[in-house]
Amino acid sequence: MPDPVKLTVNGVTVAVAAGAMVSTAVAMAGVSAYRRSVSGEARGPLCGMGICFECRVTIDGRAHCRSCQVVCRPGMEVRTDG
Amino acid sequence: MADREFDVVVVGAGPAGLAAACRAAECGRRVAMLDDNPLPGGQIWRGASREAAGWMRRAERLGVEWMAGARVFDAPAPQQLAVETLEGECRVGYRSLILATGARERFLPFPGWTLPNVMGAGGLQALAKSGMPIEGKKVVVAGSGPLLLAVAHYLRAHGADVRLIAEQAPQAAVVRFVISYPRKLVRGLALRAGLLGVPYITSCWPVSAHGREKLESVTLRRAGGRTWTEDCDYLAYGFGLIPNVELAVLLGCRLSPAGVYVDEFQETSEAGIFAAGEATGIGGLELSLVEGEIAGYAAGGNTDGAKSLFGARKKHRRFAAALEKAFALRQELRDLPQAGTIVCRCEDVTLERLQSCSNWREAKLHTRCGMGPCQGRICGGAAEFLFDWQSEQVRPPVFPARVRSMSR
Repeated sequence: MPDPVKLTVNGVTVAVAAGAMVSTAVAMAGVSAYRRSVSGEARGPLCGMGICFECRVTIDGRAHCRSCQVVCRPGMEVRTDG
Repeated sequence: MADREFDVVVVGAGPAGLAAACRAAECGRRVAMLDDNPLPGGQIWRGASREAAGWMRRAERLGVEWMAGARVFDAPAPQQLAVETLEGECRVGYRSLILATGARERFLPFPGWTLPNVMGAGGLQALAKSGMPIEGKKVVVAGSGPLLLAVAHYLRAHGADVRLIAEQAPQAAVVRFVISYPRKLVRGLALRAGLLGVPYITSCWPVSAHGREKLESVTLRRAGGRTWTEDCDYLAYGFGLIPNVELAVLLGCRLSPAGVYVDEFQETSEAGIFAAGEATGIGGLELSLVEGEIAGYAAGGNTDGAKSLFGARKKHRRFAAALEKAFALRQELRDLPQAGTIVCRCEDVTLERLQSCSNWREAKLHTRCGMGPCQGRICGGAAEFLFDWQSEQVRPPVFPARVRSMSR
């Protein structure tokens, strides 16, 4: 087994399996609200395949990244606005 | 001018795209295959599987250029695609194009469906496959189609407490379908063994989801029967699949009632543009593979190769037709959303606001329904079922792109 990848989600360190998506890391950090909708509702992943845009987070300062389409890299800083 | 030029470009690296790329390359063509996802295999294989790895090895041996995480957002000139990756934007030129853009799940809105942890059946499976611990989590699987069984089986094998599978189709239709496909029945039985003890309830569907900030329980209804509430951590649901036709429409390809229109060589109404797999109509893995092979041969100029597979395709198309019939959506599902239920999740547009509109275009203009980042990919499928609205037009960018990518 390759070493786990360590990254942070809202400042909390999470270790995920190599190849895991950022959406998985956010869930493993115990966060279920990945973003707030235009009327302020908590939202999380729906489609898991890059179509619905509900799992958008900020990755290394870049906003609106679809967390289900980005593979975790060591040291990544992920922020949710949920 | 394109940055890269190929004889054949394949969009989508699922079963149809992989088969198409390999067959076209075998014909001696220079082939590129690109996919929005970081891994090949499409939604069914998701990179991790043996099948996907086998096809990728074959593609690599044949010299197919693989572009991962590459999202097509425009077709700025004839025989040219504008593609965005994490690194930036590039223009990819082609002589022949094969669209293998696959399908997505159809999500019907109901009260509470926007709560976190209400997910697509494929969506939850994808998270679990990517390493999210699912052990001991209470999951309700609901909606329609054989995908529900596969997902429930996967989740259970990884320790989830699958409470039940709610299938909206009536039992008679499901049984008729299973009996007519004995080979698939064997696979179905293997699935059933893994699902021993999990209730498979037909004529049953979710009517509301409840929770504060995230899902806590789901209320289900059985046709002509009881309504009850199940506590759960996740709802994994989907009412069948709908083809991803946006790029084809942007390129001017005509649609059929099932998806992208194709002729017997899988060529669309636009010369030199082919389509294969679920984008042309929902038909499952085997049909996708054979359609991909035919499209690859045809784009590569091997007409005899393509023709040799027509018989196999015909057989698999019969299965597709039976699938559609067995899992047709019941009309009661139209009554699921209430006045205040959000239909468009990007712009938070409720059902009652849509009810004052007479078509999709008017809904977009007056309510911003379908105008958010998903560009109607989620609510469009719902509006089609709820109101019989068709989205007639696609404009670039077909996916949200960075301003820098579009300013070239």
